[in-house]
Amino acid sequence: MMNLLTKLLGWVDERFPLTSTWKAHASEYYAPKNFNFWYFFGGLALLVLVIQIVSGIFLTMNYKPDALFAFASVEYIMRDVQWGWLLRYIHSTGASMFFIVIYLHMFRGLMYGSYRKPRELLWIIGMIIYLALMGEAFMGYLLPWGQMSFWGAQVIVNLFSSVPFVGPDLAILIRGDFVVSDITLNRFFALHVVAIPLILVLIIVAHLVALHEVGSNNPDGIEIKKNKGPDGHPVDGIPFFPYMVVKDAVAAVAFLIVFAAIIFFGPDMGGYFLEYNNFVPANPMKTPEHIAPVWYFTPYYAILRAVPPLFGSQFPGVVAMGVATVIFFALPWLDRGQVKSIRYRGPIYKAFLAAFVVSFVGLGYLGLMPATELYTWISRVLAVVYFAFFFLMPWYTKIDKCKPEPDRLTSK
Amino acid sequence: MNAIKKLGMLVLLLAVPAMANASGAAVHLDKAPINLQDQASLQRGAKLFTSRCLACHSASYMRYNRLNDIGMDEAQIKKDLELPDDVKTGSTMQAAMDANSAKLAYGVAPPDLSVIARSRSADWLYTYMRSFYVDTSRTSGWNNTVFPAVGMPFVLADLQGEQALETEQHESHDVKKLILKTPGAMSTADYDKTVGDLTNYLVFMSEPSQLVRQKLGWFVLAFLSVFLVLIYALKKEIWKDIH
Repeated sequence: MMNLLTKLLGWVDERFPLTSTWKAHASEYYAPKNFNFWYFFGGLALLVLVIQIVSGIFLTMNYKPDALFAFASVEYIMRDVQWGWLLRYIHSTGASMFFIVIYLHMFRGLMYGSYRKPRELLWIIGMIIYLALMGEAFMGYLLPWGQMSFWGAQVIVNLFSSVPFVGPDLAILIRGDFVVSDITLNRFFALHVVAIPLILVLIIVAHLVALHEVGSNNPDGIEIKKNKGPDGHPVDGIPFFPYMVVKDAVAAVAFLIVFAAIIFFGPDMGGYFLEYNNFVPANPMKTPEHIAPVWYFTPYYAILRAVPPLFGSQFPGVVAMGVATVIFFALPWLDRGQVKSIRYRGPIYKAFLAAFVVSFVGLGYLGLMPATELYTWISRVLAVVYFAFFFLMPWYTKIDKCKPEPDRLTSK
Repeated sequence: MNAIKKLGMLVLLLAVPAMANASGAAVHLDKAPINLQDQASLQRGAKLFTSRCLACHSASYMRYNRLNDIGMDEAQIKKDLELPDDVKTGSTMQAAMDANSAKLAYGVAPPDLSVIARSRSADWLYTYMRSFYVDTSRTSGWNNTVFPAVGMPFVLADLQGEQALETEQHESHDVKKLILKTPGAMSTADYDKTVGDLTNYLVFMSEPSQLVRQKLGWFVLAFLSVFLVLIYALKKEIWKDIH
C-alpha cells in the first residue's frame, strides 16, 4: 500500500512540483522561533477570509440584489432559510473581525519594523490588500439596503463629486445613476461578490509569495537568515510545518471562541457591528439625523470632517482622508531608524507610536459621534498627531537613540 | 507578557468610546422588562399585537406559525389570535388596513413592525407606549413625549386611560410630567405589565432565532473550549524540543 502511494507521489512529482512546493513553503520553510502574540494575526486574517468566502457563497444563494427585495431577502435569510441567521451573523461579524485582525496585523508591522528592507514590497502588497478590503466592506455594506447602507453609500460616493472638474461625472460613473439606486445596488453586488474577492485572493497569494521569498520578520527585528547552521538552515528558525501550523491552530481556536461569543450572544455588538438604523429599510426621501459609517472607517471619516472646506468645497478634506489612507505605502522610506524593532528603538519613536495609536483610536471614536464644535477641534488636533507620526518620521527616527540589536534571537 | 499588557491597553482604549456612547439619550427611557424565557408573557404579547397593532401595522417578515417557538401550536394560533379561515398559519402577518388608506387617515404609512425592536430598542418601545397624552392641537387628538407629533392615535387608551402633559413649577426650572387624568380599564401597574408583554413579544418577533441562538451558543463555546485544550496539548507536545 505504502509502496503504491510512494509510486503515485513519484508519478505526480514528475508532472507537478508537489513535494518540492510542500518543502519550500511548509516542511522546510523556516520561520523565526520567537514569534509572540502579535504574529498570530496574519494567519487569522487568512482564516477570516475563508470564513467570509464560504459564508458569502451561501448568503448569495438566498440574497436578492434588487432595491425592492434586498431588505426583505435579508430578513428571509434571518427567518426562513435553514441556519440563515447563523450565516448572516457569521458574515456580518466576520466583516468587523477582518478589520480588527488587519489593524492589529498592521500595528505589529509598525512595532517591529516589518515594512523595512527587504520587506518593502511585502508591505506594499499588504497595503493594496487593505485598500481592496475597504472597498469590499464598503460595497458589501450597501447590500442589506437599510437606511445606513443607503445613506452611508450616498455620503461616501458624494465625496468623489468634490474632486475638481471630473468629480460629478466620477460620482455618476460609480453609482451608475444620479443617486444611489437599484443600479448602484446591482453593480456593488457584482463587485462585492465577484470582482473584489478575485482581486483579493490574487494579491493575498502575492503577499504570501513575497513573504516566503524574504522570510518573516520577528520581534527582535533581526534577520535569521544571517545566521545559518551547517545544514544550511537558519539556527534560530524552525520549520513552518508542523511548528508554526500547530501554534497558529491554537490561536485560531482561541479566536473562534471570541468570534462565536459575538455571533451567538451579541451579533450587533451594541450597534457597532450592525447599526440599529440599518434595520429600517432604505428610504431615499428620508435622510437620517445622524449618519456614521461603520466603526472601521471612522478614523478616516473623522479626518475628513476635521478639515475645513475651502471655497465651499469639501475637496481638501477628501484629499486629507485619501492621504491618511495611502501614507502607509511610504513607510519603508519614511523610517530612517538604525533598528527595526521597538525593542531596540529609543524613547522618541515609542512616544510617537503611542501618540499615533491614541490619535487613531480617538479619531475612530470621534468619527462615530455627531460633529460638534468641540469634537471637531479635538479631531483636528488628533489629525495633526496622525500626520505628524508619518511626516516627521524621517527626522525623529534618525535622531532617536537606539539600543544595539542582539546577534541572535532573544527568548520571550 | 508585555504584549498582553499592550493589548489590554488597546482594548481599554477601544472600550472607553463604547461606554461614553451608551449615555446621552435626549429622552429618558424606562427599562423594559424583557424576558424571552417567559412564554406566557410572550403569548399575551402576541395576542395583544395581533388584536391591536395588526389593524394598521404589518409584520410582513413574520409568519404566524413561527409562534410555535413560543409554545403556541397550530390550533392555538388559529383560535387565540382569531385568524380568519382564509389566512393560513404559514402566511406572514399583514395589516387589516391597506397602507394607502392608512396613509390618508394618519398622514404617514404605519411602518412595518417586524424588526421595530431592533431599530428602536425595547426600552424605547416600552416607554413610547406609556407616553401618549391628550393634545387637542393635533388632528388625532394625541401626542407623545417620546415621539413628538406622532401620527398614530393612542389605540390602547381604553386600557391605560387618558394622560395629560402638565408643567410642574420648581424654583429654578419647570418639569413636564405625564399625569393620568381619566383612568382606563387597567391599573397603572397592570397596564405597565401589559405593555411589557407587548414589548417582550416585539423583541422576540424582531429576531425569532435569538431563542435558539443563545442556547446553541453555550454548546459551541463548550466544544471550542475542549478543542482549545486538546490543540494546546498537541502544540506543547510538538514544541517540547524547541528551546
